[in-house]
Amino acid sequence: MPIRVVDVSYTYQPGTPFAATALKGINLTINEGEFLGLIGHTGSGKSTLIQHLNGLLVPTEGQVLVDGVDTRVRATRRAIRQKVGLVFQYPEHQLFEETVAKDVGFGPRNLGLTEDEVEERVEEALAMVGLDAAKYGPRSPFDLSGGEMRRVAIAGVLAMRPQYLVLDEPTAGLDPRGRDEILGELADLHKRLGLTVILVSHSMEDVARLVDRLVVLHRGRVAAEGKPRELFQRAEELKRLGLGIPQITEFMRRFSELHPGARTDILTVEEAVEEILRHLRRRGHA
Amino acid sequence: MLRDITLGQYIPGTSLLHRLDPRTKILGSILYILALFIVDDLPGYLVITVFSLVLVALSGLPWRYVLRGVRPIFYIVLFTLVLNFFLTPGRVVWELGPLKATEEGIRLGIFMGWRLLLLVLTTSLLTLTSSPIALTDGIEYLLTPFRGLGVPAHELAMMMTIALRFIPTLLEETDKIMKAQMARGADFETGNIVQRARGMIPLLVPLFVGAFRRADDLATAMEARCYRGGVGRTRLRELKFAARDYVALAVSVLLVAFSLADRLLP
Ligand SMILES: Nc1ncnc2c1ncn2[C@@H]1O[C@H](COP(=O)(O)OP(=O)(O)O)[C@@H](O)[C@H]1O
Ligand SMILES: [Mg+2]
Repeated sequence: MPIRVVDVSYTYQPGTPFAATALKGINLTINEGEFLGLIGHTGSGKSTLIQHLNGLLVPTEGQVLVDGVDTRVRATRRAIRQKVGLVFQYPEHQLFEETVAKDVGFGPRNLGLTEDEVEERVEEALAMVGLDAAKYGPRSPFDLSGGEMRRVAIAGVLAMRPQYLVLDEPTAGLDPRGRDEILGELADLHKRLGLTVILVSHSMEDVARLVDRLVVLHRGRVAAEGKPRELFQRAEELKRLGLGIPQITEFMRRFSELHPGARTDILTVEEAVEEILRHLRRRGHA
Repeated sequence: MLRDITLGQYIPGTSLLHRLDPRTKILGSILYILALFIVDDLPGYLVITVFSLVLVALSGLPWRYVLRGVRPIFYIVLFTLVLNFFLTPGRVVWELGPLKATEEGIRLGIFMGWRLLLLVLTTSLLTLTSSPIALTDGIEYLLTPFRGLGVPAHELAMMMTIALRFIPTLLEETDKIMKAQMARGADFETGNIVQRARGMIPLLVPLFVGAFRRADDLATAMEARCYRGGVGRTRLRELKFAARDYVALAVSVLLVAFSLADRLLP
């Protein structure tokens, strides 16, 4: 069952001089098993939108249906929060327990599980983010490196066993290696467990290679939507929205201007190498 | 939720109140409070109420917004009313078991509650119409004459500036951490008092950790820019009184004079 966002508008602090409409008539369906990228300039409404997916915010207008259940209904909000795991930006800022194991176990404990079940989930969740529970479990979360802290925080959400995993800029402020590791783990979770992943980012480079579908937000509206390869053919439009296309895609567009016939719907360096070799070989034959 | 607090909030604008010198507004507020606590009969209260409403009108702010700022003290006012009703000795007009409401009590309670409402309403205009920077500048200027007595005017003002600067940041952070923990099934709203207090730990620990991290960063950044306290510092914005400031101060003094007359003359 999907998450459906229907005609959703959201206004912060309505009725005050600070009223700010962050979302305007958003329509979006997130299918189960999908890897969705949500992309947009800073202030475009990405964070506001994803807080609607688990009922932390309820729409000013319109409705959000998670597996057919309206997030406005109070009685089911808890179940929805478990079903839709939300990892905030800089999630390491929410760590608070004495040990990593306790912190990751916070969610499962709130679900009312037994200590054995909690322990099992903690181990499982830490393994998912590539941390060894025996080694990291007893340590203080505040002694870890930035990248490790972030992974512990993500494990804290995974330990709730969500069906949908929503991450707000999970790579912000990480070094290239930390970034690649986290993105790799997400791709892995999606592939192995069939988890529905919604990845928020303002960087095309990050999401382009990973996601099945991209949704572009601009000033609180859905400005464009489609498969990355198709979307990047509309580079001019994206640039107007303050978003670039991945460098390698841009490179291939320039390449094809000099070498007509070369493909431009390229997302990775490997694909580019292959395409250039193929193109040169074909020319060599001609 | 947390953002509904209007206390300490600044709303930029160009009204007369906005343009007044912050020193005028601070001194004016003090004189107003003085007058408010001197008046003691109905005509006095009516005059000072009209005066307050005129001030709100002069601020150019939406009425609803300013009035909403009074909401948080509703229970304090209620408490004041009840306490005065029943605890003032005098002619009993109504009995409820051992509790006796007196005529004097009702009169006193209504006046006290009314006073509190006006106090919050009008002093909230001070922060609503002055930027935090202007306010602390004003305080620093006003405190400077007391330097000789060992009052660290600049340091106090700097501490206030920084504290004010970080209130919105902390509120934002609180909101975010609360949501992040709620996403993990935390519950801040139900349970008995012990459960609720324990429930605050997941919020308070990250909040403190964050505040200390920020304070540390800020101290480093200030030192990197050679901040060494107030000695020999000049300022970018010098405060200057304009004609309107003298008028406003004169009006404030008149208000106090009126309240004295109100109390002393029968
Ligand atoms: N708590 C808030 N109060 C008022 N306005 C807000 C709040 N949070 C976000 N906004 C405004 O809503 C808009 C969208 O913000 P956000 O959803 O955070 O965008 P993004 O995550 O894409 O950067 C911005 O204009 C922002 O200023
Ligand atoms: Mg954001």
